[in-house]
Amino acid sequence: MLDDFFTRALVAGIGIAIITGPLGCLVIWRRLSYFGDTLAHSALLGVTLAYAFSLNIAFSVFVISAVIALLLLNLQKRTRLAGDSLLGLLAHSTLAIGLVLMGFLSSIRFDIMGLLFGDILAVTLQDIALVWIGGFIILGILYFIWKSLFSATVNYDLASAEGMKPNIYNMIFTLLLAGVIALSIKMIGTLLITGLLIIPAAASRNITNNPKQMVFVAILIGILSVTIGLFTSLELNTSSGPSIIVIALILFVISLIPLELRGKLQK
Amino acid sequence: MSKDNLLVSLENAGIYKSPKWLIRGVSLEVKSGQIVTLIGPNGSGKTTTAKMVLNILEPDEGSLKRYTNKIAYVPQKINIDWTMPLRVVDFMRLTNNLSNNEIIESLNQTGVEKLFKEQIHGLSGGEFQRVLLARAIAKKPELLVLDEPVQGVDFNGEIDLYNIIKNISANLNCGILLVSHDLHFVMSATDHVICLNGHICCSGKPSSVIKDKAYIELFGEHRSKTLTYYQHDHDHTHASDGSVSS
Repeated sequence: MLDDFFTRALVAGIGIAIITGPLGCLVIWRRLSYFGDTLAHSALLGVTLAYAFSLNIAFSVFVISAVIALLLLNLQKRTRLAGDSLLGLLAHSTLAIGLVLMGFLSSIRFDIMGLLFGDILAVTLQDIALVWIGGFIILGILYFIWKSLFSATVNYDLASAEGMKPNIYNMIFTLLLAGVIALSIKMIGTLLITGLLIIPAAASRNITNNPKQMVFVAILIGILSVTIGLFTSLELNTSSGPSIIVIALILFVISLIPLELRGKLQK
Repeated sequence: MSKDNLLVSLENAGIYKSPKWLIRGVSLEVKSGQIVTLIGPNGSGKTTTAKMVLNILEPDEGSLKRYTNKIAYVPQKINIDWTMPLRVVDFMRLTNNLSNNEIIESLNQTGVEKLFKEQIHGLSGGEFQRVLLARAIAKKPELLVLDEPVQGVDFNGEIDLYNIIKNISANLNCGILLVSHDLHFVMSATDHVICLNGHICCSGKPSSVIKDKAYIELFGEHRSKTLTYYQHDHDHTHASDGSVSS
């Protein structure tokens, strides 16, 4: 069954949606959308280095993302530039370095479109194993640190005062985010990963009223986006990443309807 | 627990934030069953001192010693963004696992058990303050730090909450560090008052502090008299929704 490229893409994509659901909720709760974006931009550098030194792509992207995340924390302590300026600085300079390096490696053929927007055809059995094993580890860690991480997300001082050690868990969360980007780069592409993190979570917020519910519904919306998106991509011969994100957007618009209705009823 | 049931002590502690000391030379102790109050004008370092006691801020000089880990905190400000769907019951479980019964019991103590399933975002300022206090006492802490716990609460509610705080200290035998600008409560229930203005201006029993020159200078003679001697006697009590309960 997994011989079929489409089935492979579906299995890998659903795996990714299960991981991006909870992490995406945390990203929007913590207002980290642009942070996710920065990590994703730096992923291109990771991919280039992977080709240059024949490393595993996911591994290389994870290492580069983690380095960028730590660099950001360090820069924040050293300068008084606002967070968004630092993010822009890191995002675009790593993207540029990645592209320049790519120029030096002219002997290797890069599938730029594939890197930026994901490539459905490229999913191998190893990719599936990576997504599911990696995802299992990420979600396992997330499960264990959830209470501390969540309380720090609601209020840092409160969590800190009541012994939840938010600093450590914020750091772990950053590494998990780097991990999920590394796992999903092949399917969704560097430019669109943040979309899969944020849009299902945002849609879920519109129709849920407690944190756990929001996480589970975000996972469901992610799975729906991936499934419908991949079928559309196959039918219309479009790139897999953009197709998935467009479906996620449509689901987001649909999720606004209950809010609107409730608003109307109250008038 | 160490001798005298000492819960926490600061010794000559200060926080420096370029280009000045926010607070300096603070020494204080909180023991079980004791209410210690920090008073002082805006920017006098009350919240900073509380955060040192809680170990959220590490003192740049001096030291903190803590003899308990069962600590609960009611922060001065807490903003919960709309993107975070949160019911009162979820908020109550933020830092520890409580059964529904335990949650209802402590919401009951602050008079807001009806809000159990409500969204945090829909609460009024006063209701939210009561939920914050309920969450803190549900943990049955040994040390409770309250930063302006009655802000946004109406006048009778304020007295109500202060009575609850007094009861908590008696029932749980916990130590309370209270940050307040609210002088009349300070006078009626506090064991020890510390008056701050970047440093400790004066401290001691409430009755001696109000006679202290530094205190009168800081708050003005008029205010210190009118507020401190005010006593409010109510022949009935109100539930949080305003109904008269007895």
